Amino acid sequence: MAKMTLEELRNLRASKQKSLQKRSIEGKEGQIIIGMGTCGIAAGAKTVLDAFLSELDAKGITNISVTQTGCMGLCHVEPTVEVVVPNMPDVIYGNVDAKVAKQIVQDHLIDHKLVSDHVFDRPAADIYVKDGDK
Amino acid sequence: MHRYICDFILDITQNSFEAKSTQVELFLFEDDRYLKVIIKDNGKGMSSDVLEKVLDPYYTDGLKHKNRKVGLGLPFLVQSVRESGGSFDINSKPNEGTQVYCSFDLCNVDTPPIGDISSTFLTLFSDPNANELIIRREINTSKGSSHYEFSKSELLEILGDFSTVSSLCLLRDFLQSQEEDLQQYYVNRTLIFK
Repeated sequence: MAKMTLEELRNLRASKQKSLQKRSIEGKEGQIIIGMGTCGIAAGAKTVLDAFLSELDAKGITNISVTQTGCMGLCHVEPTVEVVVPNMPDVIYGNVDAKVAKQIVQDHLIDHKLVSDHVFDRPAADIYVKDGDK
Repeated sequence: MHRYICDFILDITQNSFEAKSTQVELFLFEDDRYLKVIIKDNGKGMSSDVLEKVLDPYYTDGLKHKNRKVGLGLPFLVQSVRESGGSFDINSKPNEGTQVYCSFDLCNVDTPPIGDISSTFLTLFSDPNANELIIRREINTSKGSSHYEFSKSELLEILGDFSTVSSLCLLRDFLQSQEEDLQQYYVNRTLIFK
């Protein structure tokens, strides 16, 4: 990729905005929040953030925001990711790596199914299937 | 313990964001032998008493997690630098700010791999706690020299926000293109791992 100037970035942004406006976005916005404390960083949270971005971009999902937060208090299962989307319970996933991030995008965001092996907090135990129903 | 030099940089720069600073500067300078890092903020700073304690992994001001008794960011960095022939320095004044300096010897076998620089910058620019962040990256090796410098405010003015997938992807591509342009001057990157 050739070195991009700020002006080129501005133009790219403008053309991307146009194509986004053309597409009718259905549904409300959701949020993916990645724990980026010392514990998260040590466990590879930055790779997870990169993976979410690439996967959401590849699947053309634009109505989700990707943000960071500090330690969520679940240091033993870092990297942790909180997913908040309409029509699904709010979930904190643990032990997330690039592969699991892809799975969360497909299963949780697109198919509206929990990635049960990685649920570490919320919802209540009777909602998700223990051990992925194995 | 962190795996990459970039992870240390990310962790310590976050401290500056959390110190109620209105401006943080991150400076990365690379030559044939060393990667030198300066992280400077204008935040609340620390008294000399606190400054003596911050390198102790069992010291924390207790504000972030009131029931925890550890603060590992700086101790991790110091340990890694000491193990690998680098250097470390910290200066701070209450109400004026803090400056952390460290260097990594890129020829030392115990130095962690550098990691993904542009993705680290992406994470820092999009950190919701960051007010103004200025990143300056310089390389000056026997193969030549180049640099780039950007502030969060100028990028934000162009992209509008740093939370939607589309603007984050644009920012990612933009920062990647900057770092890729410097790759022709890389020396001693046998340790690099992406």
